[in-house]
Amino acid sequence: MQAIFENLPLWLQGMGMTLMLTGVVTLIGLPIGILLAGMRVSPVAALRVVAAIWTEVARNTPLTLVFFFTAFVLPKLGFIFDFTLGAILALTYYTSAFFAEAVRSGINSVPIGQAEASRSIGLGFGQTMGLVVLPQAFRSVLPPLINVVIALTKNTSVAMGFFVFVLTSVAQRLANVYGDQALEVFIGIALSYLIITVPLGQLVDHLERKWSVQR
Amino acid sequence: MSGSVLFDAPGPNAIRRSRIMSIVFAVAAVAAVALAVYQLWLGGAFYQDRWDIFSDERLWFGARGLLFGLGTTLSIAGIAAVGAIVLGVVFSILRNAYSRWVRIPTTVVLEFFRGMPVLLMMLFILIVFASGAYWAVVWALIVYNGAIIGEALRAGMASLPKGQRESGLAIGLTPLRTTLEIELPQAFRIMLPIILAQLIVLLKDTSLGYIVGSEEMLRIGRQLVDFYDREGGPYALSMFFVMLAIYLAVNLSLSAIVRWLHKRVSRPRKGGPNLDGTKTEAIPVSTTAIRAQRTADTDGPPQPPGAGGTLGG
Repeated sequence: MQAIFENLPLWLQGMGMTLMLTGVVTLIGLPIGILLAGMRVSPVAALRVVAAIWTEVARNTPLTLVFFFTAFVLPKLGFIFDFTLGAILALTYYTSAFFAEAVRSGINSVPIGQAEASRSIGLGFGQTMGLVVLPQAFRSVLPPLINVVIALTKNTSVAMGFFVFVLTSVAQRLANVYGDQALEVFIGIALSYLIITVPLGQLVDHLERKWSVQR
Repeated sequence: MSGSVLFDAPGPNAIRRSRIMSIVFAVAAVAAVALAVYQLWLGGAFYQDRWDIFSDERLWFGARGLLFGLGTTLSIAGIAAVGAIVLGVVFSILRNAYSRWVRIPTTVVLEFFRGMPVLLMMLFILIVFASGAYWAVVWALIVYNGAIIGEALRAGMASLPKGQRESGLAIGLTPLRTTLEIELPQAFRIMLPIILAQLIVLLKDTSLGYIVGSEEMLRIGRQLVDFYDREGGPYALSMFFVMLAIYLAVNLSLSAIVRWLHKRVSRPRKGGPNLDGTKTEAIPVSTTAIRAQRTADTDGPPQPPGAGGTLGG
């Protein structure tokens, strides 16, 4: 543990990058995910197909391979940018698909009668979604969305292999310098992740209990 | 609720409008893809000299060829999958132990394992135990996914009717045998789609071995790119597409199996034949358990599984 306290600026740097990646990717990825989910239930077939392909491909590609693309392939094609931006791109592409699936399963959790009722009083697709289904889907969607953010927090660690300095990189560097304290360093960094993920998990439990409705 | 309920069976106007929008959007999408392809073509991505290495036998079958990498990936995933299921069973038993001296530490340890990135665990095992990259990846995947499968099995057992455990105890089985012979098999059946989806996540996570240095497909692919590299690495893109295709082929076919299994498991089972061959009316318990699990949300009900995992990590 001492090794971490002696290198607090390094830890702060890694923590800051991890939090920044998580925050930025959530801010960009969530709207994309909601859009994709909306496309997947829309009446327009082409939208459905494009959204389905996007989510299925993203979910079945290893995140490391996506990073490989942004870090090694894009620069060869002439798109040269900062590795941090590359990490944001990779994580956003990957995570948006999981956001989309969480939103879609939330939409599917709204009882069918709600949509039928709003259709039968003459509301259109946009009105049915906006006024009836999505407001109800919101509370069943939020817990899974937070779960995706938790997974995202852990996934930011992959950026370490592609030249971005995140918390996991702190562990590796300190464990190499302080060989005798390696165990403590790793436990300390693991706890650093838990500081982020455990409160989020608690929030999920709380929301699920508070909002669980008997249908 | 399927998408079709959200809108009426379209009338002639709506059909026309939807068709027009569909076509407009399809044209836009195709144009975007075509533009990207054209740009790549201008950049020479489809020239023969970008793809000729894939007709080289050594690239596939060489001692450190792509198939060797794929083999390493699959062998890591195979060993880790078996280990993770075994460890998951152990975790789920410990997590339900009578003694709080077992139960509470197990809960804490499970939370710890599930809350940290699997990559951190790989590095930890690699550096602290000096196990070599291959086994670091295997062990980290076993521990991490074991913790997740353990939680899934626990949730599955919690969703069983109480009478299952009670009747097991009542006929004189020990608590351990009740868990092993009555509860776990049913929990396993209920949670099978979720466990299999997690195993696909495990397969995807083997690619993290690239970072810690195990010789799985991604690392081999990168080495091959460097090996065949001539002025500026023209093979990175084609290698990326080939590896993407391989991963998608493996994962999507596994996903299809998971989806098929999910359909099978969630379909209400018909009663099997009696010993004399007549039909029985009995509803097997695991079906009622699945139904109960759908309505009750007592103890973290299992989520519907998604191919490739629901959370992505």
